[in-house]
Amino acid sequence: MKELKLMKGNEAVAEAAIRAGCDGYFGYPITPQSEIMEYLMYQEPYKTTGMIVLQAESEVAAINMVYGGASCGKRVMTSSSSPGISLKQEGISYIAGAELPCLIVNVVRGGPGLGTIQPAQSDYFQSTKGGGHGDYRLLVLAPSSVQEMADFAGLGFELAFKYRNPVMILSDGVIGQMMEKVELAEQQPRFTEAEIRENTPWATMGKPNDKERNIITSLDLDSHKQERHVAHLRDKYLEMEENEVRYEEINCEDAEYLIVAYGSSARISQKAVELARAKGIKVGLFRPITLFPFPKKPLLAYTNRIKGILTVEMSLGQMIEDVKLAV
Amino acid sequence: MAKVKGDIVVDIEKCKGCEVCITACPNDVIAMTKSVNGKGYHYAESVNEECIGCANCAIVCPDGVITVYKVKL
Amino acid sequence: MSDITKEQIRQPENLVYTKTKLLTDKALSYCPGCGHGTAHRIVMEVIEELGAQDNTIGIAPVGCSVLAYEFMNIDMQQAAHGRAPAVATAVKRLLPDRYVFTYQGDGDLAAIGTAETIHACNRGENITIIFINNGIYGMTGGQMAPTTLPNMKASTCPYGRDVETMGNPLKMTELIAQLPGVHYVTRQAVHTPAGVRKTKKAIRKAFDLQKQEKGLTFVEIVSNCNSGWKMTPVQSNKWMEENMFPFYPLGDIKVDGQLIK
Repeated sequence: MKELKLMKGNEAVAEAAIRAGCDGYFGYPITPQSEIMEYLMYQEPYKTTGMIVLQAESEVAAINMVYGGASCGKRVMTSSSSPGISLKQEGISYIAGAELPCLIVNVVRGGPGLGTIQPAQSDYFQSTKGGGHGDYRLLVLAPSSVQEMADFAGLGFELAFKYRNPVMILSDGVIGQMMEKVELAEQQPRFTEAEIRENTPWATMGKPNDKERNIITSLDLDSHKQERHVAHLRDKYLEMEENEVRYEEINCEDAEYLIVAYGSSARISQKAVELARAKGIKVGLFRPITLFPFPKKPLLAYTNRIKGILTVEMSLGQMIEDVKLAV
Repeated sequence: MAKVKGDIVVDIEKCKGCEVCITACPNDVIAMTKSVNGKGYHYAESVNEECIGCANCAIVCPDGVITVYKVKL
Repeated sequence: MSDITKEQIRQPENLVYTKTKLLTDKALSYCPGCGHGTAHRIVMEVIEELGAQDNTIGIAPVGCSVLAYEFMNIDMQQAAHGRAPAVATAVKRLLPDRYVFTYQGDGDLAAIGTAETIHACNRGENITIIFINNGIYGMTGGQMAPTTLPNMKASTCPYGRDVETMGNPLKMTELIAQLPGVHYVTRQAVHTPAGVRKTKKAIRKAFDLQKQEKGLTFVEIVSNCNSGWKMTPVQSNKWMEENMFPFYPLGDIKVDGQLIK
């Protein structure tokens, strides 16, 4: 049954993950996202849906638990905030290399280093450009409301399995901590083992006697094979760019100026658009929802009929590079 | 003497000539060949009739290249 | 007695021992005489005896045995360096009725993976850890490992390990045996037929205890690295007996959740 609740973004993504039929959460505390694991531990989904919740000894261990769970074809996730995501990058690279589906929630805080616990959007690079070693991309969803924090849990798992690729929800301290009304989806059942064997025949669940064994690895010592593998990954990312671009346009129809902003900056920019329009300045808001794949083509379509673009982000300027490339 | 007689079959191309089997054999049945296999290794072979099929050689062989047979006479 | 020909002996009904089908036909990537091959084989023999080929998931490490999945004919996952216990934790939690084991070397388990090892042990995960300790980094070319003996030479301690500046070798097995989550800990070797038989029994016991959900089971195999130690395989086995065993004594360390001695 759908349900209306007042929740923090962090709680919403946790509740939505349970409802999306998540099999396992593995995490490590870090501000400003600790409510995700706290909420899950409080809800005890292992008693209801059977979802495992485990507090790991580090972000490194947590992401490798995700690797193990994902290798079994399970819907697994982790969450963290910027310094913790840096620690997870090794594991994320392995997950991308081994083509495993999983959901990673990044509730961004300011950096570099230990930085601050206040919100920021300075993880754009490490989220959209790979982040760890090697040639890979994450599919990155940027929520700008608590509702989207919830919606993107289910969507994230769906896309992760569609492409056998890690999906990141790139949130920030504002979205994670703020409370809003949220409509929660109905509880979905977790995959049965039979469904996993059917839907993800690559999963390592124990080799059936009548089938070849499955191997999950990101290693290939044969450089030609490795090159072919990376080319296959590229094709997958191109396919994402073809099919998965998501964005929102607000007051863009007659706009002479465009603000490009994502996440919490988009929420603030929306108000700025309203104030500008009240003064007679024709401003529109273009909000990328997927940061990879970045909505290049729809943004390019505006260039001939607008006078300027203002990129707004809580960082020294990271997304602006993609905006420049697009136009 | 126990009336048993054994024999070994060596997977020549997988033998790496480490000689660990020679040390393990109680009856000095195994020696390395003078010739080499496709990888250039001297390989194990049975050089006499003293094998009792104890399988010690096969059990310590890191590459699992030795198959052992035994008959009671 | 000599009437019987070799052809007559080599009949299927006379078969005493042959390589288990749970090892693939691929030639092992290990150096001649390396204990890894024997360790691989007896782990697979145990799984075969348990009839658990369809019910076991193995986790390969980074190190010489990074390609273990090429040889073990079961569902396998290859983990990042040192992270196998974390990977195995999730596999076992999500598939609790499977046998789950990690196969790790000393660099993987006792250096970079120290945290993952200790915490998986401390949580008492129902997994089996097979720990190959040859006191050196084999795959990368013979560098000093956390388990390298005092004064032992390696490429990054060419004059021998100076414990004053390089620290003492880490007895990870004794260390994790202290943890309540760990049920069974033993240290064995596979360089002699008797040693192989004992080690196989220990691995069987570890898997049986895993089935009974007793907690973490841990089998260390002190092994050789003749390439890294720069000896012949037979010499390296002798050197291991004379130098490794006094520092890493063989035998059970924890049985039924109780420390021995």
